[in-house]
Amino acid sequence: MITIIDYGMGNLGSIINMIKRIGYSSEVTFDISQIQAASKIILPGVGHYDKAMQNIASLGLKEIILKKALIDKTPMLGICLGMQIMGNQSEEGIEKGLGLIDADFKKFSFSSDSKLKIPHMGWNTIETNKESSLFKNMPVASRFYFVHSFHAVCNNESDILTTTHYGYNFTSSFAKGNINGVQFHPEKSHQFGMQLLKNFIENF
Amino acid sequence: MLRYRVIPVLLLKNNGLVKTIKFKNPVYIGDPINTVKIFNEKEVDELILLDITATHENREPNYKRIEEIVSEAFMPIGYGGGIRKIEQIEKLFKLGIEKVILNTAAQINPKLIKEASQIFGNQSIVVAIDVKKDIWGKNKIYTHSGTNKQSNNLISLLKQVEEFGAGEIFINSIDKDGTMTGYDIDLIHVVNENVSVPFIISGGAGKTEDFSKAIQAGASAVAAGAIFVFQGIHRAVLISYPKYEELELLLR
Repeated sequence: MITIIDYGMGNLGSIINMIKRIGYSSEVTFDISQIQAASKIILPGVGHYDKAMQNIASLGLKEIILKKALIDKTPMLGICLGMQIMGNQSEEGIEKGLGLIDADFKKFSFSSDSKLKIPHMGWNTIETNKESSLFKNMPVASRFYFVHSFHAVCNNESDILTTTHYGYNFTSSFAKGNINGVQFHPEKSHQFGMQLLKNFIENF
Repeated sequence: MLRYRVIPVLLLKNNGLVKTIKFKNPVYIGDPINTVKIFNEKEVDELILLDITATHENREPNYKRIEEIVSEAFMPIGYGGGIRKIEQIEKLFKLGIEKVILNTAAQINPKLIKEASQIFGNQSIVVAIDVKKDIWGKNKIYTHSGTNKQSNNLISLLKQVEEFGAGEIFINSIDKDGTMTGYDIDLIHVVNENVSVPFIISGGAGKTEDFSKAIQAGASAVAAGAIFVFQGIHRAVLISYPKYEELELLLR
């Protein structure tokens, strides 16, 4: 079963519907035994970093997420804030992340004469750094919808899947073994996001 | 590479979608869920959903309906209509709305803009301003879906909403709404000269060239209604949206 972990950070309707459109069903839960039984895990999220980690703590989910990720090696996909909490920490808050991947999250920082706005919001493209079946069969002119102020800085270059340019190149997706994280919103990115979710479901 | 956005505007009235002319005579054009599904197929950049009777009827957003619509949308959505309080904004974000659009409330209580942008980040707070020219061609501000004339001066209002933290400004030309006669280019110039945050222009698009004219005049994004829902001189309902390649060529 494709399990979407609901830890109270944002609407999951679009993710559920997009998976349905691809032809699969998913379940949304914060129940530990259901998460234990998951064959694929999606960690979504929109909002504040510390709030996300606090919700995970208060729902008692940290242990089961770590077990599924590190011991069972269940394929996992973090989306936006769900990606960010896969790292070690973020400049947005003081809580520790899940530490599934060796990355820290930093705020976008531009020179003072830059006209770029924070957050990075809108449609942008990706450049491949490392081949992954997550990005197989992507349609031409693929683009993804981003809304974020913080971005990953990977301590191992080999974890970087794609980069995106906004003022400079930043890590827009990373992966290490069964752990995958994307900064953009596949569920808000039309057929491109749909292909990505399909890849996650079918290739992992 | 961030491209200029082209945004269909959907007007919600009694659970159905309508299209107006000069903010009047709403004509029923269809079911919002079906329309959103078509816009999914067309891969639109973003959608704006406005409940045009919520403020008038002095009621809150119809959360249940909004949630149904948002869950079907595979693109970002901005919502406006009937928003007066922080708690309502919070509820809308939880439903999956990417941006909230404040209009009447932002003018009656500008502190709402400040408070909301501090809590939710200014990228998610859009302020809408409805503009209509008087008989001398001066830009006048209206609220309550174009029915209440305000004494505010456009330029000072623009500066005020930006200062209070609006992340984006959504300018509607009441005179141009639904007419398909082209955007109010003078209005775009005025706004462009007086704000530094991105602004979306709406009202008047009748052909895709109108989009490029608006962008050349300084708009950060273009919104439109009639051009995406009507076809031909008899205004038969047909949902459409330009192809990505066409927009790339037009708006690069």
